[in-house]
Amino acid sequence: MGFDIRLPIGYLFTIFGALLVLFGLFTANADMYQRSLGINIDLWWGGVLLIFGLLMAFVARKAQSRIQTGQPERRPPSNKST
Amino acid sequence: MNHSQELQWIDYLVMIIYFGFVLGIGFVLKRFMRTSSEFLTAGRSIPAWVAGLAFLSANLGAQEVIGMAASGAKYGIATSHFYWLGAIPAMVFVGIFMMPFYYGSKAHSVPDYLLLRFDKKTRSLNAMTFAVMTVMSSGISMYAMALLIQTLHIFDAPFQMLGLPNSWVFHVSIIVSAVIVLGYIVLGGLTSAIYNEVLQFFLIVAGFAPLVFLGLRNVGGWSGLKEKLPSSFVHAWSGMGSPHNNPLGVEWFSLVMGLGFVLSFGYWCTDFLVVQRAMAADSMSAARRTPLIAAVPKMLFPFLVILPGLIALALTQPAHSAGSGESSAPKSAEVANVHESLISPQVNVETGQVVKDKEGNPVLDYNTVIPQMLLHYFPSGMLGLGLTALLASFMSGMAGNVTAFNTVCTYDIYRAYIRKEASDEHYFGVAHFMTVFGVALSVGAAYFAAAFNNIMDILQLVFAFVNAPLFATFLLGMFWKRTTGHGAFFGLLSGITAAAVHQGLTIPEGSVPGIKGGWIAIVNTYSSEMAQNFWTAIFAWTTCFLVTIVISLATKPRPDNELKGLVYSLTEREREESLAWYQRPVLLGVVVLCLTLVLNIIFF
Repeated sequence: MGFDIRLPIGYLFTIFGALLVLFGLFTANADMYQRSLGINIDLWWGGVLLIFGLLMAFVARKAQSRIQTGQPERRPPSNKST
Repeated sequence: MNHSQELQWIDYLVMIIYFGFVLGIGFVLKRFMRTSSEFLTAGRSIPAWVAGLAFLSANLGAQEVIGMAASGAKYGIATSHFYWLGAIPAMVFVGIFMMPFYYGSKAHSVPDYLLLRFDKKTRSLNAMTFAVMTVMSSGISMYAMALLIQTLHIFDAPFQMLGLPNSWVFHVSIIVSAVIVLGYIVLGGLTSAIYNEVLQFFLIVAGFAPLVFLGLRNVGGWSGLKEKLPSSFVHAWSGMGSPHNNPLGVEWFSLVMGLGFVLSFGYWCTDFLVVQRAMAADSMSAARRTPLIAAVPKMLFPFLVILPGLIALALTQPAHSAGSGESSAPKSAEVANVHESLISPQVNVETGQVVKDKEGNPVLDYNTVIPQMLLHYFPSGMLGLGLTALLASFMSGMAGNVTAFNTVCTYDIYRAYIRKEASDEHYFGVAHFMTVFGVALSVGAAYFAAAFNNIMDILQLVFAFVNAPLFATFLLGMFWKRTTGHGAFFGLLSGITAAAVHQGLTIPEGSVPGIKGGWIAIVNTYSSEMAQNFWTAIFAWTTCFLVTIVISLATKPRPDNELKGLVYSLTEREREESLAWYQRPVLLGVVVLCLTLVLNIIFF
């Protein structure tokens, strides 16, 4: 397998999370949050996504450096067929 | 229509970033694509959890997200039978019992397995019908998405800014989605499709979980929801004794046999679109675990896709328990006046007028429930994320179809009939061509669906007939070594015929003879269309099962040594002792089934 899918997932959610948190902070108390029952859902859910994204990216990075430092990969041997 | 909420820059930004990532994954994977098998079967190198989430997402197209919420609003929690009775047991079965033959036989596709097990004609029947069917459903998915975008006026603003007419929204939606899907598949093949399906899985959860949270909070939690809805809508099983006591209009036998057994096993165990994901796994045990891993989130998906339909229904019917004054429902006065818009009436696209039924009441358009709720509850920012999740699900449905189509067309049609011996380089090129061809045909199918809705309905009906008996063929093929190619082929044909004849002889209550049935004569009337569909499937399956057995007994069987690895009794069992407990398919399967049983009991 070429690359670890956890890496792009991690990056994407980190970006989304950061964007939403910032947007939520700047628009706090805006009228539009009446729609989400008075909850600043951008800020809160953005925070959740940010944490998830950072975690994913961290795990993927760790796995990557383990491969680079020569430690054996955890994956079972793949029986590649033509 | 009062969808005055306009998208802001941040919503567009979220979408652009997502589609950037989607294409980016394709670009990164391009350098790993060197042979046709790397391109079409991901070189059998996908880890189990990735294949598992892709297995789930590939099916999570428009039909699922839009359709399940719509059914939730129409039929209530009984819709969860499609998951807890239908999908999950079938997924456990395919993982534990069938994957050893799909994966172990080294077949590159489901039709290829039929070739190894039976003969050319059975393979070709399956390959051809499958190829046409995938292109069609990919086209319908595209059409549904474009129509939704157009009806909800989501992207009208940028078109107005550019001075383009509104009718372009439809065409641009189709072209842009086709180009994006084409882009990432041509670049990274099946691996790219699978990776993007995983990405999309997380996106769907990220986009819809807060929606369900807000909706539930609004309606006063689960107890508030129960109060506002008729009790048949919050119980999955208790009305199943008679078709008149439950919103589905079916009774338990046809539900269990038709949906739970024939239709679900037929789809999850034989449809190459989903099975392909498991066949791309990096080892036999990973392939077997793929559907089992997928089953866990699948079990919870009703809360994500069916619940919004129920919530919308509860909030649209204020009459049920108005003024109960729950303390848990905040700002009930302010909320009350916006509720009507959660399920909007159907609007004729051409005339712009509300569609009405015979009594003059507006016909409700359940298909817009999810997007309506997104627009209703989400402020800018989250709205962008929610809409992106919705678009992503449409596209991955399309991508799933295209990746299955190009494999079947390249290996099972082109290599089988047009050029048998050629270099892999040649097939690598053909695979790319088939991808472009598949997307082009999908676009064609989308416009065809827009222009000839009726013909599309007929085609879908025909394919329902083709699919109904399929599981009988696989069941016999894998577990009874005496089954012969002639038996399988003619069993399938007679099953398809039985489905057509049964549908032609029966009709659901309140329908006129025609596409809904009764086009031969009316022998029986069913209480609902769903009951009719389930019985059609049961008849088709039984006919195929019996005819296959009879013809197999009358024809010459293949010698045992040709069937090694293809039939249960002639295949060595996988040993599980070397695996950790959480990697053992049988144990995982039992756990999954127990959890599903618990869910069924909770929502009995």
